[in-house]
Amino acid sequence: MSKSALQFLHNGREVAIFVDGGTSLLVTLRELIGDMTPKFGCDQGGCGACSVLIDGELHLACLTLAETVSGRAVETLDGLKDGPNLHPLQRAFADNFAAQCGYCTPGMLMAAKALLDRNPSPTRADVVEAISGNICRCTGYEPIISAVLVAAAGGRTRA
Amino acid sequence: MTKHRGRGIASINYPIGMNLGGDPSQALVHSNPSGKFTVSLSSIDLGQGMKSVTRQICAETLGVPVEDVYVDTADSDTGPHCMGSFASRGTHRVGNAVMAAAKEARGVMMEAAAEELEVNAADLETDGRGNIQVKGAPHRSISTKDVAIAAQFRQGKTISGRGIFLVPLSDVDPETGEMSPATCYAHACLVAEVEVDDETGEVAMVRMDSAYELGRALNPRLVEQQLVGGAWMGVSHALYETTEPYYPDSSHGPRDFVEYLMPGPGDICPHDIAVLERPAADGPFGAKGPGEMCANPALPAVANAIFNAVGVRIDELPITPEKVLRAIKAQGGARSQPRR
Repeated sequence: MSKSALQFLHNGREVAIFVDGGTSLLVTLRELIGDMTPKFGCDQGGCGACSVLIDGELHLACLTLAETVSGRAVETLDGLKDGPNLHPLQRAFADNFAAQCGYCTPGMLMAAKALLDRNPSPTRADVVEAISGNICRCTGYEPIISAVLVAAAGGRTRA
Repeated sequence: MTKHRGRGIASINYPIGMNLGGDPSQALVHSNPSGKFTVSLSSIDLGQGMKSVTRQICAETLGVPVEDVYVDTADSDTGPHCMGSFASRGTHRVGNAVMAAAKEARGVMMEAAAEELEVNAADLETDGRGNIQVKGAPHRSISTKDVAIAAQFRQGKTISGRGIFLVPLSDVDPETGEMSPATCYAHACLVAEVEVDDETGEVAMVRMDSAYELGRALNPRLVEQQLVGGAWMGVSHALYETTEPYYPDSSHGPRDFVEYLMPGPGDICPHDIAVLERPAADGPFGAKGPGEMCANPALPAVANAIFNAVGVRIDELPITPEKVLRAIKAQGGARSQPRR
């Protein structure tokens, strides 16, 4: 299979690599770039664990061909924290016990970030809608929904 | 089309650990020359918080700050033996083993401190902030770090401890059938309210109210997160999940997350939980453990709620819309039961 050159922004940093035709963005991020934060759950868009932002829009990395992100900005969980400081969503997830095994957490955080970026004051129904493509085995979702609402409220209230 | 509301209740007694016992867990505790402690376990934290709880148990037993204890569950090849994280046994079985190991390590630590302070070990106490002091004379004290250094480099002592917890295997008496199935029971009660659509057979959860008695809640927030999440695993088994929908015919089995149904964030309902604490005599600091029990009462409560709503008894899980609809048809329509 022929390789093609691919350039895109990965969490604000330019990457330039060669990828085989047909390679998914998820495999590109995990195996070629070494960013393991998007999780490999089902590889067919059924679980949301690989959710990333492409030009600010929520996408499933497993269903995105790597070539299609050429020249675009890809954000993953790896870029969420600012140095040692957690993103308000990460802080709210930790404070509200919104993770147990943690496998869905990167996807949940990216789905929540996509929501808060376009709607800083979401209702509970908005949050449910925003994470409806992400499945979670452990938490029963309620702590995750609470955490997103707490983050939106500036981290002021405890769920 | 009518939607019918119904309410169901279920209560359970849940034995902690393997039935009939015989499921040991070991723990090893040792101090590093830095005065920090490491707990070695082969038990696995699946995310419910066993690492946090064993860390608390170890710190409390040693009398040191919780920040000074690390828990290493890295490798079941090189760690001490454990039967595993299942049967709601983590807090109870592993916690007891950690407590025993920490107690032994504390004994060595106090002896080493006594040697440094030139007093009798029985006259020493820990202050919980990383110091060991003479009872009634707190100015005569030594830090756990200095004790660890002295033990390592001067006294030639390992500040360490071994722990095992074993509920002995209880055989069944062939004459009488008598046995001792468990030493420790947790309890739960859950009320489920559902709405059943008699045209589609779909069941929607309306609300849940529950009470759990699980010994001492060593970490209340971790207990809460397990109960909140676990109830939904139970509901999921009641209404959605199956690997063999046409058992024993294996065809049409789900192959992935698209076909294997689970509730999504839009399917959940309000759930009020009360935690009752009745310390267990043989639990670490009185703890039993929530574990599987947080899922169990949801299944019969949901089945009972469906019966209450439309008068049909479904005795096969999961209670899919198809089963509900067929049962309603066979009965000649939905028949709501009186609500008590």
